[in-house]
Amino acid sequence: MLYYLLRRLLMAVPVMFLIALIVFMLLRLTPGDPAQAIAGDQASPEQIAAIRDSLGLDAPLATQFTTWIGNMLRGDFGHSLISQRPVLEMIGQRIGPTLALATVAMVLTVVISLPLGVVAARRHGGLVDRLVMSLSVLGFSVPIFVIGYVLIGIFAVHLKWFPVQGYRPLAEGFWPFLHRIFLPGLALSLIYIALVSRMTRAAMLEVLREDYIRTARAKGLSERVILFRHALRNAAIPILTVVGTGFAMMISGVVVTETVFNVPGLGRLVVDAVLARDYPLIQAIILLTAGTYVVINLLIDISYALTDPRIRYQ
Amino acid sequence: MTISGLRALGWAAMAAGLLHAGPASAETVLNVVMQAPLRTLDPHLSTAQIVRTHGFMVFDTLLGMDADYKPQPQMADYQVSDDGLTYTFTLRDGLTWHDGSPVAAEDCVASLKRWAENDPAGRKMMEYVASIETTSDKVLVLTLARPFGHVLDLLAKPSPVPPFMMPKRLAETPSGEQVAEMVGSGPFKFVAEEYRPGDQAVYVRNEDYQPRPEPASWTAGGKVVNVDKVVWKAMPDMQTSINALQSGDVDLIEQVTIDLLPLLQMNDEVEYGVINPLGSQVTGRFNHRLPPFDDAEIRRAAMYALDQEQLMQTAIGDPEYYTLCASDYGCEVPLASDAGSEYLAGSAEERMAKAQEILKAAGYDGTPVLMMQPTDLTILSTQPIVAAERLREAGFAVEVASMDWATLQSRKNGWQPVAEGGWNMLFTYWGVTGIWNPLVHALLDGSGSDNAWSGWPVSPEIEALREQYLVATDLDEQKRIAAEIQQIAYDQGFYYNAGEFQSVAAWRDGITELQPGPITLFWGVKKPE
Repeated sequence: MLYYLLRRLLMAVPVMFLIALIVFMLLRLTPGDPAQAIAGDQASPEQIAAIRDSLGLDAPLATQFTTWIGNMLRGDFGHSLISQRPVLEMIGQRIGPTLALATVAMVLTVVISLPLGVVAARRHGGLVDRLVMSLSVLGFSVPIFVIGYVLIGIFAVHLKWFPVQGYRPLAEGFWPFLHRIFLPGLALSLIYIALVSRMTRAAMLEVLREDYIRTARAKGLSERVILFRHALRNAAIPILTVVGTGFAMMISGVVVTETVFNVPGLGRLVVDAVLARDYPLIQAIILLTAGTYVVINLLIDISYALTDPRIRYQ
Repeated sequence: MTISGLRALGWAAMAAGLLHAGPASAETVLNVVMQAPLRTLDPHLSTAQIVRTHGFMVFDTLLGMDADYKPQPQMADYQVSDDGLTYTFTLRDGLTWHDGSPVAAEDCVASLKRWAENDPAGRKMMEYVASIETTSDKVLVLTLARPFGHVLDLLAKPSPVPPFMMPKRLAETPSGEQVAEMVGSGPFKFVAEEYRPGDQAVYVRNEDYQPRPEPASWTAGGKVVNVDKVVWKAMPDMQTSINALQSGDVDLIEQVTIDLLPLLQMNDEVEYGVINPLGSQVTGRFNHRLPPFDDAEIRRAAMYALDQEQLMQTAIGDPEYYTLCASDYGCEVPLASDAGSEYLAGSAEERMAKAQEILKAAGYDGTPVLMMQPTDLTILSTQPIVAAERLREAGFAVEVASMDWATLQSRKNGWQPVAEGGWNMLFTYWGVTGIWNPLVHALLDGSGSDNAWSGWPVSPEIEALREQYLVATDLDEQKRIAAEIQQIAYDQGFYYNAGEFQSVAAWRDGITELQPGPITLFWGVKKPE
């Protein structure tokens, strides 16, 4: 297992390098000029040229790339071209809300979707199954910003149970944190609840047809034990895959939720960076996201071995 | 979930809200949603409106501009010699930088030099300046080599880029580089620890600031701060901002989109209105270096084809918040003029007929017009569509190229052929404070220089008049010259003046004494504790 982990981590190095190269080149090929973003749209070409010069944007691309990679290997991700702040500091300011949002959404997803999927499979073809499937179609189909506004309209504006926007870090207390993060977390989770409950239902339906389930029933085991200890564990592989990649997708795709609920997270930071063509910041966030995917995929593979004794990594 | 479950959730949520409300605080915090995110801080280097507003929080200016467009003493009192060539500025007592050190005249000299490097009008002024020197810690003297009629106006100008004063060590930052610290002498101190670029900026009252005794008027007079803290928040979604205002999470929205005003009309706890009476002018700029708009007659045809009212109707909608006028300097400023109004007179149909006639006589060969359209800037995304339709009706071949604002900004700086990434026409808008006279109005630069703002018109007549304007000190003389420049700019099709719109702000009903001004001002504003 250790050898496997090391091999996977080594394989991640060329992947990350390729991503770095592609991101760097794509950004340089994209029209737009960070110097213009700093100077504003009323600036003269002379002012813009002076800023470009001071930022080193006129240096050859190969020099810019090797400097960037070299600095990163020393742990220096550079400074934002626009705000002049260290990129890691800016990411550090904004990653907390995104991780919190993704975690709350994932907890809600798992807590709600697994029982729904199991019950739907158990009551296959029945009213509950149809209801769960219909709701999951709704969850897939309604855009997050619509869900967000509906939730705000009902629970924040009308019932006044939650604030309409904003974020409080966990450091300010659990309840203030939860009070602000619950609605955006719920909005973000709905599509994943739909996805994971469908996936759970499908995987469970397959497992429930297996001989060992019939044997378990013949042994007189209770339905709850059969469903949750025998069937769900055997159906876990595809569910874990969806949950794991879903978490990575949440981290990289929360921008709409962050915008609607005004959560100052990584999604808004990256959109802002793209609009201002803040190359070092965009590059660092994309590399971070790619790294997150690599790590989460690795964790998913490890979890396969933990949940299914037949899987062993050499 | 059952009804009782829902109820329990509601109680839990409300309990969480109460728990996090914490003890009452005497600190008065004004929470504001600004019209754009603050991503960069150097107010000399950026022409962006948000950075200029930030500049007026942290920094101060030697002179301020009052509501009568008159320069007034702010950091310094001034005297002008009888021959008009020597300006002596004496710093008032009690001025300190935010790091505690006293403001010295040499700081102001270094600041003026840095400002002039970055501001085209300041650079122009420096062509007339023989020297700027200190004669003591509190006195600086600006000596002109030859007459220049706008020294005081420029030192008081609130438009990009205002001549903000900063410590010498910051003002000596190399050209093109941003200053490393936000140390000014203005009425608010910037809280660097709470700054999140693009999301939040925080200012606290500068307890050491000594306001002038005169009443506040625009950027002149006493800047008395009545709140402890101002928090600027960026909210990219306007609906979220309005929700936050209605729920009391924020106190003020600097700019509300007009189509969402009905939502506020239904709320008794919210007020809205125009705080900046000057507004902004929408401009359609022709690229004079590329066909077909390298031909003045073809530009004139386009001027007749376009229609102010249609462009404003589409972008703003409510006539209460836009003004149609010919004046290139703004509809309500001292230099406002109706020169060239014949291009806007008559019905849209009559002008279209004239446009078709001129275009035909000009021998237009069908060269397509590439019109750039920014899709991510609501206020400017509709004009290219409407303008393209009008130009097509006149006989032009028009292609609308959609792109994001950053791409448009970059593309506008090049004059290569359209096939290689060039352009023929774009729309943008300018705060009236940035165009209110021929010296600062970038679109009336007729030098054709590569360093002029995009479009590069060439007009020796206008350049000669602009030189006359620089030395004119009498307002009537200035008006005459400005009107002549405007008439030539219309005749030669410098750009299309697409009308003026006002920004609407919205605030909670407890917020009082919002200061009218050319920018959003935060001194004077009161919020109940």
